[in-house]
Amino acid sequence: MDEIILIETVERYLSGEMTTQERAFFEDFRKNNAEVDQLVVEHAYFIEGLQKYGDLKTFKHTLQEIDAKLTEEGVTAVPALTGKAKVVNLWQKYKRNIAVAASIAGFISILTSGLMVTYSKKSGNEYYSQLVEKINQTNQELIKLNANKNNGVIIKPEVKVDYRATGFLIDGSGYIITNAHVLNKMKNIYVENNKGNYFSAENIYIDNVMDLAILKIDDTAYKTISNLPFTIKKNNADLGEEFFTLGFPRNEIVYGEGYVSAKSGSDGDSTAYQLTVSANPGNSGGPVINRNGELIGIITAKDSKADGVVYAAKAKNILMLVDQLKKDNIKYQHIKMPVNNDLKKLDRVQQVKKMEDVVFMVVGATNK
Amino acid sequence: MSTIEQELQLLKGLAISDKQAIETIYRENYSMIQSFVINNNGSADDARDIFQEAMVVLYEKSKDTTFSLNCQIKTYVYSICRRLWLKRLQQLNKYSTQVESLEETVFVEDEMEEHEKRDNDFTLMEHAMSKIGEPCKSLLDAYYLQKKSMQDIAANFGYTNADNAKTQKYKCLIRLKKLFFAQYKNA
Repeated sequence: MDEIILIETVERYLSGEMTTQERAFFEDFRKNNAEVDQLVVEHAYFIEGLQKYGDLKTFKHTLQEIDAKLTEEGVTAVPALTGKAKVVNLWQKYKRNIAVAASIAGFISILTSGLMVTYSKKSGNEYYSQLVEKINQTNQELIKLNANKNNGVIIKPEVKVDYRATGFLIDGSGYIITNAHVLNKMKNIYVENNKGNYFSAENIYIDNVMDLAILKIDDTAYKTISNLPFTIKKNNADLGEEFFTLGFPRNEIVYGEGYVSAKSGSDGDSTAYQLTVSANPGNSGGPVINRNGELIGIITAKDSKADGVVYAAKAKNILMLVDQLKKDNIKYQHIKMPVNNDLKKLDRVQQVKKMEDVVFMVVGATNK
Repeated sequence: MSTIEQELQLLKGLAISDKQAIETIYRENYSMIQSFVINNNGSADDARDIFQEAMVVLYEKSKDTTFSLNCQIKTYVYSICRRLWLKRLQQLNKYSTQVESLEETVFVEDEMEEHEKRDNDFTLMEHAMSKIGEPCKSLLDAYYLQKKSMQDIAANFGYTNADNAKTQKYKCLIRLKKLFFAQYKNA
């Protein structure tokens, strides 16, 4: 309590709220008391720092707002690449060499992918445990209750729910990323958003090697979300990089945070990271978002023997996955990856609030 | 092309964080920086980061009454961004050849030093703030940053009176201060 009174006095002194008499008394007191003098200097420095911090924070926020406005107007759009003629020239000049190189590369990649499948890590580690949750009857009832709460949204026919996992939008028109092992277990798939509305979804692409899959919401009740808040990081995350994740280990969205602990996954799998975070069945397919609001990975599995050892597929795999999908099916040419990052420089709570809208619970019946 | 008076007007606006002024400067300079960063190994996101950092430098400078800009805003912003980007490239070990640069630049070393110190202070305070938790964070935010009155704060946070809120605020402040200075001792 003494400390509080002292601080209060110092603050009144610094802000000039004291009467002349009081001030003279305090200055005298300060002169004869080194400790108080020190406190005054320290506090003045600290308050100045705090105010500068507040000022800068507000300014940075204004910058973000202006940036968002200008992005919407297209002022900050990245100009298209120029200098096409040069590339064509080079191509013609080196066509033959490239063809030879490509065929060798092709051969080697077939060979290595063959080897990779043969020595696939995922079956190698007996403690590699995928995080899709088998749920019991009680949970199933809960989900039905939620569904019935929707007013205005068409209530879905009763769904049998045996498994639950997580997924998140990569295109606001309804494309959701989740794990392949999640969808392999399910049929009659539904996704549920944080408002408790749920929509039927179709499994449009599965890649078992990357353990990633794409769902498309095919429900008329679903309304397109125009701007996704995060971007996808193309480079590797750094060791020690902090992140948060959202997922559905329960029937409710759960937040978790941790750090990147290794740049490879189970048994040296270079397409994954090892993370330290708490994750449970149901977390599979959850987004891993760094402090800049970039997606760095997708939670896939954990080590059932070790505590907090979780594996996540690297985010750049999503880009490969979507490219493959576009190549395989012309119907999906229009998929657009998120480009504007609204999460940057926000504090964690705000970031989570924005992410909650794009993370979905993925549920379905046993696929037999 | 803006005349000298227009530029001075913009700086004055910036000093009081006038939104219109900030937006004008943003609009007139962003694409130049974006193409500079993208042409030198960077992405659009990097460009945005660098540009906004430079805006902070210019903002702080505009508030400094002893500061007089002896070149165009454009040249100044470009010079700052160029230095910031060089530094970033060095940190990422991507720095191989001289950065491609066609624009004129001015000497900004002093600014860089100040900027680094300020950035460091900002991070320390942000870190301390992130550690104190609620309701302290919101309380201090409301009083010291949003400059709300103690009465408003008491009403918003559900304290019975302004005095209670005040006591709580001082308790929070003392905690924040401890966290803040502890970082200095550890560093």
